[in-house]
Amino acid sequence: MMLKIKNLHASVDGNEILRGIDLEIGAGEVHAIMGPNGSGKSTLARVLAGHEAYEVTAGEVLFEGQDLLDMDPEVRAREGVFMAFQYPVEIPGVSNTYFLKAALNAVRKHRGLPEMDAMEFLTLVRQKMKLVKMDESLLTRPVNEGFSGGEKKRNEIFHMAVLEPRLAVLDETDSGLDIDALRIVADGVNTLRQADRSFLLITHYQRLLDYIVPDFVHVLVDGRIVRSGGKELALELEAQGYATFEQEAAAQQPVAAGA
Amino acid sequence: MATTITESTESIPGLPAMSEATAPWAAEFERFQQELPAGEPEAVRTLRLRGLERFVSLGFPTQNQEAWRLTNVSPIARGTFTRSTAAETTAELKPEDIAPWTFESAARLVFLDGRFVPGLSHRDGLPSEVIAGSLADALDRTPGEVEPYLGKLGTLAKVADTNPFVALNTAFLRDGAFLKTPRGVVVKAPIHLLFLSSAEEGRPTVSFPRNLIVAGEASQMTVVETYAGTGAYFTCPVTELVSGPGAVVDHYKVQRESREAFHVAAFQVLAERNSAPSSHSISIGGGLVRNDVNAVLAGEGIDCILNGLYLAEGKQHVDNHMRVEHAAAHCSSHELYKGVLDGKARTVFDGLIFVHKGAQKTDAKQSNRNLLLSPDSIANSNPRLEIFADDVKCTHGSTVGQLDDDAVFYLRSRGIGMEAARSLLTYAFASDVVGRIKVDALRHDLEELLFARLPQGEVVRQAV
Repeated sequence: MMLKIKNLHASVDGNEILRGIDLEIGAGEVHAIMGPNGSGKSTLARVLAGHEAYEVTAGEVLFEGQDLLDMDPEVRAREGVFMAFQYPVEIPGVSNTYFLKAALNAVRKHRGLPEMDAMEFLTLVRQKMKLVKMDESLLTRPVNEGFSGGEKKRNEIFHMAVLEPRLAVLDETDSGLDIDALRIVADGVNTLRQADRSFLLITHYQRLLDYIVPDFVHVLVDGRIVRSGGKELALELEAQGYATFEQEAAAQQPVAAGA
Repeated sequence: MATTITESTESIPGLPAMSEATAPWAAEFERFQQELPAGEPEAVRTLRLRGLERFVSLGFPTQNQEAWRLTNVSPIARGTFTRSTAAETTAELKPEDIAPWTFESAARLVFLDGRFVPGLSHRDGLPSEVIAGSLADALDRTPGEVEPYLGKLGTLAKVADTNPFVALNTAFLRDGAFLKTPRGVVVKAPIHLLFLSSAEEGRPTVSFPRNLIVAGEASQMTVVETYAGTGAYFTCPVTELVSGPGAVVDHYKVQRESREAFHVAAFQVLAERNSAPSSHSISIGGGLVRNDVNAVLAGEGIDCILNGLYLAEGKQHVDNHMRVEHAAAHCSSHELYKGVLDGKARTVFDGLIFVHKGAQKTDAKQSNRNLLLSPDSIANSNPRLEIFADDVKCTHGSTVGQLDDDAVFYLRSRGIGMEAARSLLTYAFASDVVGRIKVDALRHDLEELLFARLPQGEVVRQAV
């Protein structure tokens, strides 16, 4: 099992957002988590990546059998967990290429591999750029600074391609993309699909799943997975909207005293 | 000591009553006057005397005065300093002593404790019509070149009226750099002014470098001032810059004094029409540091840039006071000052943009950003606007904050360690100003210095 999430509860500023998530992702599988705004999708992604603003109050997460929650964010990355950000951060003054080289060498060092020199790295980067049809000028610019929304998302996939993670969490990578950009991003992800690499796609819309076809779909409402199924579940969602699932979730809730 | 003071004050008629702190300086002034050569112009002697009078009447500033509210100079007022007088000490300075501070330059003027060191200076890359030498030489040999400008720039006379340190420098002015480019002459390589200070046999020294830079009409030059030293001492420099019509002058000041040093400096710019003066002030060293920058935009079409970076850690105190006066229409001024604070550092930024009544179409922008790396550091920021024209664009902003948590997390999520992520972001913050430095060698030196100051500087060096 690549990832095993058991009864995961997490809060931010004292508000419980995740209320008992159970999820297992096998090697090579692509899972999609869909849900309405505020359901806790992005919280799940950030908890997996190790964002300090989120407090895990109960449950456990095992990544290839290891306690993921016990690791610092950088250790998770070095172990092979990657998160593509919904809102990639602009970092003025740090060039995209050099930043990525520092990241890759940190990952390689952790895995006992020799550091890459500038020439090897450049060859690798050129090859990976083609995956997401990135303009070469984006390499020398500061990380995400002045990038368009689409360029930022493509840059995330580009980072993923270079770092070659075992588990990639894509947090609303489709949001804000036009159809052409979406295709490019999806093509990039599809190229990176392989037997020992798993994906967790977090999205609000079914549209992304037309291009990246998942093995499993989960519906997240109010901090819990209320339904899981195959790729056809996404189509059901598309037809019905989230309303029925939200009602189902409400029906499962214990009624608060006095309500 | 008391008798000395009495004797000396009697010989300067009309001097106001002195405080305990100013009296030793008046006594020192007496000794200083006796060392001066006889041939100096009368106007210069008068200028000095007026400086002393102002200093004595103002006294050292206290924190009751608005301009000094957050900077306590009592360690200077209480201190005892030795003014370097022996010319032969400058002969002891060796090339290897200055090597860490130098770079390829069109000319280099070296000063030790405020006195010119000809043996280590050169002007090999300068056209013969450019003047680059010691102010003392110019006062003795070509006073006519100096007199029209010295101590008369823009509001400097007015500033000297209120800033006791400018008055004190003026009282003791003698040596420093005198640079002058004639009309239309372009000097591309930088002219480097290096000021080194040293404690003399354990006694703190004091120096009063006085620099005068005159850029002729449509001329171009780049000047770098470096201040450095060892031990405890007090540097009190004043630099005056006249940017003639259409002149392009890039001025850099790199303050790398010792941690025990006091550094209280003033930089006065008088810009004439269509000129483009720029100033970058980098403050790294010093224990107690104060920089006053005063720019007067006196003609139309001036494009003035005043940038700065201060790094303060431990118990360093760094105060930057800026005043930009728009006295004519159609001028722009852009100020960006950034500070990185660690330890128990205290910094002050006070920036005034003053727009005179007739200065329509002024485009003035001022920004002060502070990055606090430790919970015990304090950055004070006080941007001010005073506008007496009605068709202007003036903006100012200031921020004091910590490293952006989201950015740190983003870097860590890619495998970069916590400390390295913080170092990388700190570097990025500071390099915004360093990156604007056009003198390659200087920029590289400062980048190296940043790497050395960051906990994970090696990672940063690899990553930028």
